[in-house]
Amino acid sequence: MKLKPVLAASAIALIAASVPAQEKSAADGIAEYRKMLEDGNPAELFEAKGEALWKRKRGPKNASMEACDLGKGPGVVKGAFVELPRWFADTNKVQDLESRLLTCMERLQGLDPKTVTDERFGRGEQANMEGLVAWISAESRGMKMNLPTSHPEEKRLYELGKRAFYFRGGTHDFSCASCHGEDGKRIRLQDLPNLTHNPGNGVGFAAWPAYRVSSGELWSMQRRLNDCFRQQRFPFPGYASEVTIALASFMGINAKGAESIAPSIKR
Amino acid sequence: MPDPMRIRAQVTGDKATVRVLMAHEMETGQRKDAAGKPIPAWFIQEVSATHNGKPVLAAQWGPSVSKNPFLQFVVKGAKAGDKIAISWKDNRGETRTDEAVVS
Repeated sequence: MKLKPVLAASAIALIAASVPAQEKSAADGIAEYRKMLEDGNPAELFEAKGEALWKRKRGPKNASMEACDLGKGPGVVKGAFVELPRWFADTNKVQDLESRLLTCMERLQGLDPKTVTDERFGRGEQANMEGLVAWISAESRGMKMNLPTSHPEEKRLYELGKRAFYFRGGTHDFSCASCHGEDGKRIRLQDLPNLTHNPGNGVGFAAWPAYRVSSGELWSMQRRLNDCFRQQRFPFPGYASEVTIALASFMGINAKGAESIAPSIKR
Repeated sequence: MPDPMRIRAQVTGDKATVRVLMAHEMETGQRKDAAGKPIPAWFIQEVSATHNGKPVLAAQWGPSVSKNPFLQFVVKGAKAGDKIAISWKDNRGETRTDEAVVS
């Protein structure tokens, strides 16, 4: 019986030794590049816009978003982000940040959610949404992901998200798990976080929303997921639809205890 | 009106490091839209900085500067409480000026 752990340990050592040194330096290079960019992360510009939008009176009801309840009581922003998605009593639904903001925009300001959900990413009300998620996530920067899991709906969404995560389909027979189900995988030079367990501080779920340098845009989790569906050659999910919230619940609950660095900066 | 800049100015010794993030599309004029029509050039052409009202930097920029540009420079002799103001003007004639206090 004692032999087994020794064998396992030596096998791990062999694997570690066979990993080429070059691979590590490429990942290090990317990390260094991100570090350099962090100093002037343009996500700050979106944060400033979002904070102003939160306080500005808009819509048919000429109201601000300041009375919006993100889960910690009306108007409480700090710490709200690391506990989303969660179940809300007033809508009797599990909502992520974006879908919750849609509820507040509709109820407080009288704005039609369709002005967001039917809009293309980066334009009009979608651009406003990006500002809001940037600012709200920044208010919880450095805090640990801590999604509530006690409500039956939260449990149901987690299980639904898990199913969606492992669901294979499309022309390439892909699932989320095809890319995000193992440690140490890459796409080109980007490390792919393993989202089946806690990927760690500031990685995976704890890194979004993020500013994409290559496109000069701020991507919310909704947009991140939308693009994952595109890469899988799946039909695009509806904005703030149940499957997107379920996937966010699955990833968020898995990431419990990870430090949120959102909005971060990506290549 | 253009979106505000983010300006941070911090003293280290006898100088202050100023870091500026500007919100701008910085279109080169070389790109085409989905319909195949060229997207008109739209970029910042002039940038200037003042320290307590005295000019300390003047720059001419072109279309090769990135979207949402980041600018960093050092002002000698700047002390905590001093005012740093940054202005830009783009090729459409739009301008934006923001001010920060050195800390």
